[in-house]
Amino acid sequence: MRLPCPLCGDRDRREFYYQGHALMLERPLRDAGDAAWDNYLHNRDNPAGETRDLWHHEAGCGAWIVVTRNTVTHEVLDAILVEKARV
Amino acid sequence: MGYSGFKIIKEGLFGQKGWKPVWRNPEPKPEYDVIIIGGGGHGLSTAYYLAKEHGITNVAVLEKGYLGGGNIGRNTTIVRANYFLPGNSEFYSHSLKLWEGMEQDLNYNTMMSQRGVLNLFHSDGQRDEFVRRGNAMINQGDDAILLSSEGVREQVPFIDFENTRFPIYGGLLHKRGGTARHDAVAWGYARGADQRGVDLIQNCEVTAIDIESGVVKGVQTSRGPIRAKKVAIVVAGRSSQVAAMAGIRLPIESHVLQAFVSEGVKPLLNNVVSFGMGHFYISQSDKGGLVFGGDLDFYASYAARGNLPMAEHVMDAAMTLMPAIGKARVLRSWGGIMDMSPDGSPIIDKTDTDGLFLNCGWCYGGFKAVPASGFAYAHLIAKKMPHKTAAKFRLDRFATGQDLLDEEGTGSQHNLH
Repeated sequence: MRLPCPLCGDRDRREFYYQGHALMLERPLRDAGDAAWDNYLHNRDNPAGETRDLWHHEAGCGAWIVVTRNTVTHEVLDAILVEKARV
Repeated sequence: MGYSGFKIIKEGLFGQKGWKPVWRNPEPKPEYDVIIIGGGGHGLSTAYYLAKEHGITNVAVLEKGYLGGGNIGRNTTIVRANYFLPGNSEFYSHSLKLWEGMEQDLNYNTMMSQRGVLNLFHSDGQRDEFVRRGNAMINQGDDAILLSSEGVREQVPFIDFENTRFPIYGGLLHKRGGTARHDAVAWGYARGADQRGVDLIQNCEVTAIDIESGVVKGVQTSRGPIRAKKVAIVVAGRSSQVAAMAGIRLPIESHVLQAFVSEGVKPLLNNVVSFGMGHFYISQSDKGGLVFGGDLDFYASYAARGNLPMAEHVMDAAMTLMPAIGKARVLRSWGGIMDMSPDGSPIIDKTDTDGLFLNCGWCYGGFKAVPASGFAYAHLIAKKMPHKTAAKFRLDRFATGQDLLDEEGTGSQHNLH
């Protein structure tokens, strides 16, 4: 599997650290309540198909990127910088 | 039809014409007392123990594909009870006892081979940790022997003891651990359940779970609606999809775990050997093939096949531990879909919907749990109370933070197990 880093182009999967689903970007407010935090920390949609997940190009440019990818076929559809995914 | 040595000789003399299919292929009835979604190892053992231990036989196992076609047919067949934490320890201890009696209980040859599981250690600190684990296993009533480097050499002479980075300081030998014929376990439980009246319904995909006023009423399937008083989900890597039919969002992420088998070679390995520093373990099948694997690929996946980086890592670890196998060719590799929970331990629990039960989160350790998981799940379904060996496998432990079962001590968080 190769991931298209927006800064470096197509790079080997080995250069990236996998953080998990991109909902990690949507951190609840401190007083959002236990259910919101449980959903953020533990519960997952875990889709069989298209998903968005968070990778760190740790052995490359150091960018955090949001990758849109298919979990059934391993096809990579898109990758954008986190700062652009957040808007 | 019972199996015996006499039966095998008799069939050999008469052209093997007397063997019959070992389970029926029934049409689904309109209603059951219990529907089990998932005809894998855990689902089939659940059906078996529901019938045997609780006398509940008006049961259907609904399987989307064929029986035993998921992880029970895709694992590396290791059976062990070397867990440390209270909660896990008594559960896997119970499971190993059920494994030991399984062939007699099922009248089915599951090729249970207690060849010993040997975990290697490579530093003084690791030895201390293994002593602690071994003592916990002995306290639980199971067995553990601490071996020196020389003791390991007697067991497995063909590993590299002089490795500079990870020298072999010794190992923890768990003699009652070993391997079993994985498919036969599924077939044995299927046959036992079928003989007691359970309907095993294949090619029957559940498409919806019917719930009215917080009470489960049945399921919709590709072969029509089926009513049921109780519905039990046990679908491993597909848990999130099936639970979503009941509006439940699970603390599960599905990952791929790869395994490999080499061409057959002469007897080389008596034990299951694990090389923790390389996330590597290996055993030799009765056919001579070396069966080995490593860690997760570490990204969410339903592909049932992995990528090259982990395959290369596993081969690196194999060569580091056992350079002698370097010329053996790898015949096959495959992947299974692991239902990973945040703390690396399973869930066997009721849900907020009355009559709906959940069994998932087996991570990469589901095979050895097959008997005890079915036993405990059957108890939960029959009595609506957890069995004492599985009382800590609660769904709400992540939300509350109480009694987390973080066996590896890495934290209760996805991507760490």
